[in-house]
Amino acid sequence: MEPLLTIDQLSKTYGRIRACDRISFALYPGQVLGIIGESGSGKTTLLRAIAGAIALDSGQLFYRRQMGDVLSLTQLSEPRRRILMRSEWGFVRQNPRDGLRMNVTAGANIGERLMDIGQRHYGNIRTEAAQWLAQVEIGEERMDQLPIHFSGGMQQRLQLARVLVTKPRLVLMDEPTGGLDVSVQARLLDLMRSLVRRFQLSVVLVTHDIGVVRLLAHRLMVMQNGQVIEAGLTDQVLDDPHHPYTQQLVSATLTP
Amino acid sequence: MTPPLDKIDIPAKGKPSPEPGFNFAYLDEQTKRSIRRALLKAVAIPGHQIPFGSREMPMSYGWGTGGIQVTASVIGQNDVLKVIDQGADDTTNAVNIRRFFKRVCQVETTESTAKATLIQTRHRIPETPLQQGQIMVYQVPIPEPLRWIEPSEVETRKMHALEEYGPMYVKLYEDITHFGHIATAYDYPVMVNDRYMMRPSPIPRFDNPKLDMSPALQLFGAGREKRIYAIPPYTKVKSLDFADHPFSVESWDKACEFCGATDSYLDEVVIDNDGGRMWICSDTDYCSRRQSEGEDGTTLND
Repeated sequence: MEPLLTIDQLSKTYGRIRACDRISFALYPGQVLGIIGESGSGKTTLLRAIAGAIALDSGQLFYRRQMGDVLSLTQLSEPRRRILMRSEWGFVRQNPRDGLRMNVTAGANIGERLMDIGQRHYGNIRTEAAQWLAQVEIGEERMDQLPIHFSGGMQQRLQLARVLVTKPRLVLMDEPTGGLDVSVQARLLDLMRSLVRRFQLSVVLVTHDIGVVRLLAHRLMVMQNGQVIEAGLTDQVLDDPHHPYTQQLVSATLTP
Repeated sequence: MTPPLDKIDIPAKGKPSPEPGFNFAYLDEQTKRSIRRALLKAVAIPGHQIPFGSREMPMSYGWGTGGIQVTASVIGQNDVLKVIDQGADDTTNAVNIRRFFKRVCQVETTESTAKATLIQTRHRIPETPLQQGQIMVYQVPIPEPLRWIEPSEVETRKMHALEEYGPMYVKLYEDITHFGHIATAYDYPVMVNDRYMMRPSPIPRFDNPKLDMSPALQLFGAGREKRIYAIPPYTKVKSLDFADHPFSVESWDKACEFCGATDSYLDEVVIDNDGGRMWICSDTDYCSRRQSEGEDGTTLND
């Protein structure tokens, strides 16, 4: 199988700080890659670099499209990159307020992605939005309400629906469970796991929560000071950590 | 049919202003030239917003400074000027702008749409069909149609460049969701020449079909926002809509009480303290012309 996303020697510095230092990995279709590390370890920078939100210092990114051709993301023009972000990619943000339009209804939030890719039939947009609300376990009666009236967990589920409605092949997630309490987190994780399975999503998941990666990620990368210090199968890395930092990270996690 | 060359109005150059101490049409020649350059660009790219060096005018923003600067740049000694405010020729804004140009250009002014060569307007397009050779000048408060959803100018320009107009449909979606139909009544967004999304200034959506394939040249000026855009004659202008909620204009089940018109945009006017009201044409020129032709609305609404 060919990888969906290939990252080769990606580097990014902020002045003298090396946020990402020669990072390489490959993501295969249907795979969930967890990236874990403490605050400031460069994981969000890595994700933003993949999404094209910040310019790279050096390195290459390749994305294999549906029809099999490979795009070099560093050379892709901005219009094509924006089209790619709207159609084949999705970005789930930590704070749903950044990923949603808070002043338009839940239905419009989901429908916007469809209108972005050219759907112009109100009835169809609405039907599809209702289906996606059901997928993320939000009652249809809340479709015409504003997201500001939703709880944090519901907002995050709505954001998932908004991102997934165009059936992206690659989803980038930046701490999707951050800021939620444990029971809501558990429900969201459960939902995300079933959605990932059902739609065969490929996901790059950035988090600092070991529980989240254990549940969702197939493979795991541990980052510290901008470098990947350990990578492998999630259970392998977490059950038998080799690097002292990973050992410390695993032992620092409370297991009830 | 284009008018013969000697009939085309070339803006007067260096003519002494009727008002001592002021140049013809108030603005100096350099400024007028720079605005005309922006206008040429705007005509070349229909619906695209062109920045221009908006000047201080002897009136406050919001009173039509953008429209006045455009009018001052294109007006010539032989032009006949009409000014509309809310459809009427006799409201404060219209009267004052007309008087202003009379003073600084000594041009002929009129209330008749058919006689005018240059029409500056706020809120309405005349009911009388425009003709080739006429110029419409619109006063625009906010030129950017995407501003409500995207506060960043950098981002909206990018969205225009890449034709990313999806978010604008969110507004229509919200209208249908809340009201069952597209309730945007004025400043209804349009696509010009199948390329640029444009705000047609706060005209009622009743007037949107008049923008399409209009034989007149239509110029839009936003003074505070410093933007000029244009629709050249005979350009396709399409109002946004959904496949299952097509664009429609307002209609009334009444006729104008003065002239009996059923095809014009009607204003509801409260006439006493007991809730009495009447419906009359918002276009005063159209209404009085019909009345002078012997139409009257007295029998129609009874």
